[in-house]
Amino acid sequence: MAVFEGATLAEARAIVARYPAGRERSSVMPLLYLGQSIEGRVTREALREVAELLGLTTAEIESVASFYTMIRLRPTGTHVVTVCTNLACALRGAKDVYEAAHRASDIPHGAELSEDGVISLHEEECMGACERAPVVAIDFAYHDEISPARVTELIQALRRGEVPAPSRGTAPRDFRHASRVLAGLEGDPA
Amino acid sequence: MTGLPRVITRHWGDESVIPLDGYVAAGGHRGLRKALEMAPDDVIALVKAAGLRGRGGAGFPTGMKWSFVPQDTGKPTYVVVNFDESEPGTANNRELVEREPHQLLEGAVITALAVRCETVFVYCRGEFLWPGTVLARAIAEAYGAGYLGADVLGSGRRVDVVMHRGAGSYICGEETALLSSLEGFRGQPRLRPPFPAVEGLYSAPTVINNVETLCNVPHILSEGAEAFRATGTEKSPGTKMFTLSGKVERPGNYELPMGTPFRVLLEECGGGVLGGKGLKAWTPGGSSTPMLTAEHMNVGLDFESIAEVGSMLGTGAVMVLDETDCVVEVARRLTEFYAHESCGKCTPCREGTWWATRVLGRIEEGYGREEDIPLMGEMGRNILFRSFCALADGAVSPISSTLKHFQAEYEAHVREGRCPVTGVGPGKAPLEGVASS
Ligand SMILES: Cc1cc2nc3c(=O)[nH]c(=O)nc-3n(C[C@H](O)[C@H](O)[C@H](O)COP(=O)(O)O)c2cc1C
Ligand code: SF4
Ligand code: FES
Repeated sequence: MAVFEGATLAEARAIVARYPAGRERSSVMPLLYLGQSIEGRVTREALREVAELLGLTTAEIESVASFYTMIRLRPTGTHVVTVCTNLACALRGAKDVYEAAHRASDIPHGAELSEDGVISLHEEECMGACERAPVVAIDFAYHDEISPARVTELIQALRRGEVPAPSRGTAPRDFRHASRVLAGLEGDPA
Repeated sequence: MTGLPRVITRHWGDESVIPLDGYVAAGGHRGLRKALEMAPDDVIALVKAAGLRGRGGAGFPTGMKWSFVPQDTGKPTYVVVNFDESEPGTANNRELVEREPHQLLEGAVITALAVRCETVFVYCRGEFLWPGTVLARAIAEAYGAGYLGADVLGSGRRVDVVMHRGAGSYICGEETALLSSLEGFRGQPRLRPPFPAVEGLYSAPTVINNVETLCNVPHILSEGAEAFRATGTEKSPGTKMFTLSGKVERPGNYELPMGTPFRVLLEECGGGVLGGKGLKAWTPGGSSTPMLTAEHMNVGLDFESIAEVGSMLGTGAVMVLDETDCVVEVARRLTEFYAHESCGKCTPCREGTWWATRVLGRIEEGYGREEDIPLMGEMGRNILFRSFCALADGAVSPISSTLKHFQAEYEAHVREGRCPVTGVGPGKAPLEGVASS
């Protein structure tokens, strides 16, 4: 195996063991997150290896992977920036925040990944923090009550290689690190 | 603020209750100790007597749900904590976990004891990276101190808790889609019956409850059914969490007794409409519940009173629109949400929501035709109750309720070829855009 090898293979086996015997298929999502934590997205090779680990076909794994937006099958930036534009955030100016985020990251409309590969930017549906609208997440660490000026600062910081502190908790280092937390392999993002 | 009783948020603001020792010092785990002294069926009877109803949207009686779990199948029984919280406008489960994770765990363990379950799964919304981490730490602490594991507090009872992180999909909050997802499949709903209580996770009996529901359980155990019933109404006892958002002065999560008039939430908790503007419309329980208007200021926030005025309490997610907001724009943006989140399994939902975004979009942009307005109503009727799951019914709410209360505004868009509220059009309106991922 090329993706799940050495220590990672041991981690993959520990993930599979979280679920009852005979129900190993439940581990497909955390395994995809583990692959994503290593490669920055889920590659065909990772799909193939997850299938092999679980005794399923690559097509079965891909059908699962393609259903979920947080499993990234496309090229993805070092950081994933999401701007909530659902109603509670829209009512408090999210659209302007989203426009400012596009400008600050030099990503044209219709595109998602910045040329330098640092930032993937997209609109998001309600992120479950509506009382702190508008909300922006960087690698799923939430920043509350964001203005167009503030999102510009956040993105400039990312482009300088810094990771801004979120409104609550600690931030993962980058998208790969966030994926590792999502695989359940670290209690702490920091 | 309002001086009204609070139960599950009584410790909010006190960070000492986040770690286990502080939680116990503040009175935590008295409910669990009580439950360990009781027969499982007596725990169920107590929760039934309290009249606790599910807070995840449907209001199903919790004790009754637990009593449906058969004990003679020879299969294990599972409890699944629904921490997928994604109904637009809803954000209280997140804060309940961030501020007092052990309250949820205590409720989940009591539930497991009541239905004789040894394995609890927590389905945590993928985006909730930090709240999930707070919970994962609490789980580790609870294992370390013997509140979880092979021998809960020396009782000989085993309860394990396994965290499972979702991956960005609204439909996975629907209980049968959640089970498909947890089993490692695409998150698509399944036919009911069989109901999960009988045939759920891995075809075994499964109780699925919302985070807020479970947070109430420890208090029912420690303080009794009567104390629980002392707040709220006869048919909707207890308190409810409300996420107040949108055009208000003080957005926030507020816990209020069921039946509290909307006016108290908006004015006393929220400080009124932002900037002193006029109230136009509000969702009582998330985007899937029909909008109400300024006419409904004194309606009680409980399951029955909201149903009487033609809507649903849902998740208690109150999003507030003021007089300067365009309802066509709002309906279009919410419909885009449903089109994006439709799992694609059935046609009225998959195709209907998409077409509705097109028609609403052209009305909004000033290119609407007169027949578009009856067409929207007809589309709604063709989707409502004709799809496989309740996502599609929810998708109809923003359209049908804005048409019901604001038909003149739709008509003015068509007649004037622009928005009569914001003046925008023809061309793109300010909220335009479909979430692209
Ligand atoms: C489209 C859809 C999304 C849902 N999302 C959630 C959710 O995120 N959290 C939740 O607790 N219930 C959600 N529900 C309701 C669940 O199906 C289920 O009724 C609930 O978890 C039961 O818990 P309760 O009885 O404690 O409320 C959703 C339902 C539908 C139809
Ligand atoms: S109603 Fe929509 S979300 Fe529900 S099963 Fe059908 S397509 Fe999927
Ligand atoms: S609408 Fe943006 S977080 Fe809920």
